[in-house]
Amino acid sequence: MSDGLIFDRLFGPSAHQVAIRGHFVRGQASIAGRRVEVIGTWDAAALDSALTLELAAAVLACVEAPRPPGEAPPPIVFIADTEGQALSRHEELLGLNGYFAHLARCVDLARRSGHQTLTLVNGQAVSGGFLAFGLLADRICALPGAQVRVMDLRAMARVTKIPFERLEVLASESPVFAPGAENYWRMGGIHEVWPDDRADWRPLLAEALAAIDASPAGDQRPQLGANRGGRLLAARIAERVALG
Amino acid sequence: MEHFQITLSNSARADIRQPVLCGVVSSGNLEVLMMQSDSGGICTVDVNTSAVGFRDVWQAVLADFNERHALGGMKIAINDAGATPAVVSLRLRQAYESSRSETQ
Amino acid sequence: MNAKRLNQASYYEASARARIAGLVDAGSFDEFCPPALQQTSPHLALLDAPLAFDDGVVVGSARMDNRPILIAAQEGRFNGGSVGEVHGAKIRGLLIRAVREKPAAVILLVDSGGVRLHEANAGLIAISEIMRALLDAQAAGIPVIAVVGGSCGAFGGMGIVTRMCDVVVMSEEGRLSLSGPEVIETVKGVGEFDAKDKALVWRTTGGKLRRTLGEAAYLVDDNLDAFRSTLAEILGIARPDNALAALKADQAALTARRSTLADSADGLDIWRRAGFPAPEQVPMLDTDTFNILLAAHPLELAHE
Repeated sequence: MSDGLIFDRLFGPSAHQVAIRGHFVRGQASIAGRRVEVIGTWDAAALDSALTLELAAAVLACVEAPRPPGEAPPPIVFIADTEGQALSRHEELLGLNGYFAHLARCVDLARRSGHQTLTLVNGQAVSGGFLAFGLLADRICALPGAQVRVMDLRAMARVTKIPFERLEVLASESPVFAPGAENYWRMGGIHEVWPDDRADWRPLLAEALAAIDASPAGDQRPQLGANRGGRLLAARIAERVALG
Repeated sequence: MEHFQITLSNSARADIRQPVLCGVVSSGNLEVLMMQSDSGGICTVDVNTSAVGFRDVWQAVLADFNERHALGGMKIAINDAGATPAVVSLRLRQAYESSRSETQ
Repeated sequence: MNAKRLNQASYYEASARARIAGLVDAGSFDEFCPPALQQTSPHLALLDAPLAFDDGVVVGSARMDNRPILIAAQEGRFNGGSVGEVHGAKIRGLLIRAVREKPAAVILLVDSGGVRLHEANAGLIAISEIMRALLDAQAAGIPVIAVVGGSCGAFGGMGIVTRMCDVVVMSEEGRLSLSGPEVIETVKGVGEFDAKDKALVWRTTGGKLRRTLGEAAYLVDDNLDAFRSTLAEILGIARPDNALAALKADQAALTARRSTLADSADGLDIWRRAGFPAPEQVPMLDTDTFNILLAAHPLELAHE
């Protein structure tokens, strides 16, 4: 959804000060008695170098921000709503891939500095735009109605020269290529898909943050994909290469 | 894609030490994997090809290759993306030469 | 100026396996998850597409200049070097192994358009898992070096991965970027990016341009010897640094780049701004001459 109502549902009406400035989201909130930082993109943002630098600056500011002694680094809740990378020759000249790489490093620095990182997909999460920050968080949850994909099926049919009708049929047998948050959940790419039958998301958010604490360190997604049956090879092959 | 297996009789024992891979699966090209098998006296060839309906051509190319080389106790696996018979023969020969060389 | 040696095999033309053979110490390469295991992609099979026994990437250990390394080479001629479930898992496994084995470096021979569309979701997730594993390796102090000089270049998610590496080595033939020119042309029109204009593509994404911007630290000739000797040099000095101070410096530099290049249409404007004597000739320069001129005319970034 693309209005500020999501923050009421996530934190409670008086427990957030999050500003939406065009495609950039920034602010603070609290959940289950904890302060959290909120950083993200809005309204199917096309992620370009400018927006990427805004996101990165916000992450670095969180890492650098002074805290009262003894207080743990606040979790960072990333809001991801992106139609993917900006498509522009000038952005290619600037090296947009390098800007994304920089943002990725910043998110990782936040994690290593003790901030839990949680991505909430609100709207769309597409391809490079999702890779740059959303997919790097400790835990990734799709809000109701979220669309997650690399490319829509019609475009994929054009590029792969496989007929669209055939892709549609195969999509019902395999979660591996067709768009959809459920497919990403089954493949272990995202951790949770939130149900659409409740107005108050605070318990879901609190549980998601608690789950980060409870999970083992490191990227659990290949194992998740194996457990859920959507990705049967990734964990096993990586382990074979890592240990064999 | 079409998959089939062709079995060749060959009493001359292949001297294959390590598995060997030759070629790349790009358009008009193929990869050939040669490995030792437990079945002496025969060579099984598993073909996976994007060019459908040419089994008899593969049969002929492989029979010809079998006549000129010691393939007993070898298994061959092929991924083909539409290579011509000449390219197939070349790749088989290259893999065979590799399988017999000292350094792999 | 060095005299060119005879029989210098082209890196661009070489297969992934031939590149590894040409870069590492003779006989030192030991392959993990080798093709004999026939670990092919079930997803390609489902979509009736050709398979490769190594799923288009070769990974293993080797020695370079007698130092232990881990190395991965993508086969650009198989499905555009694209990343699927198996392919991605092999690279991820290699990076995980690096944390335990502590090689002198992990070397990624990148030759890829990014996510394999036939396995779109698996590919996207795999690349993000590669990114996490790469960051873990760097946090453990292992240098990760990217080499870009093949026909696919480094695009899509692999363009991001490449820029996350400590050092990038390119040849002029290599391209490093995010979205392919064809995609941009299809969506935004030929006026935005004429994908058929090869010279423009290379002035926008090619090795010389990337070297000028500092995204590639080295520009070498397209031959295996040149890549090998440069990599041997780097092995001694590369150290990953993702600490706060380094990232703040990067933030400043990337910010300055946007303002400095706001009016630049392509490499020609950049070489002009840097003060190259004949900017329009830069694409024709041999590597040695280019590197000498670049050293004399570095691109200055404006600071706000």
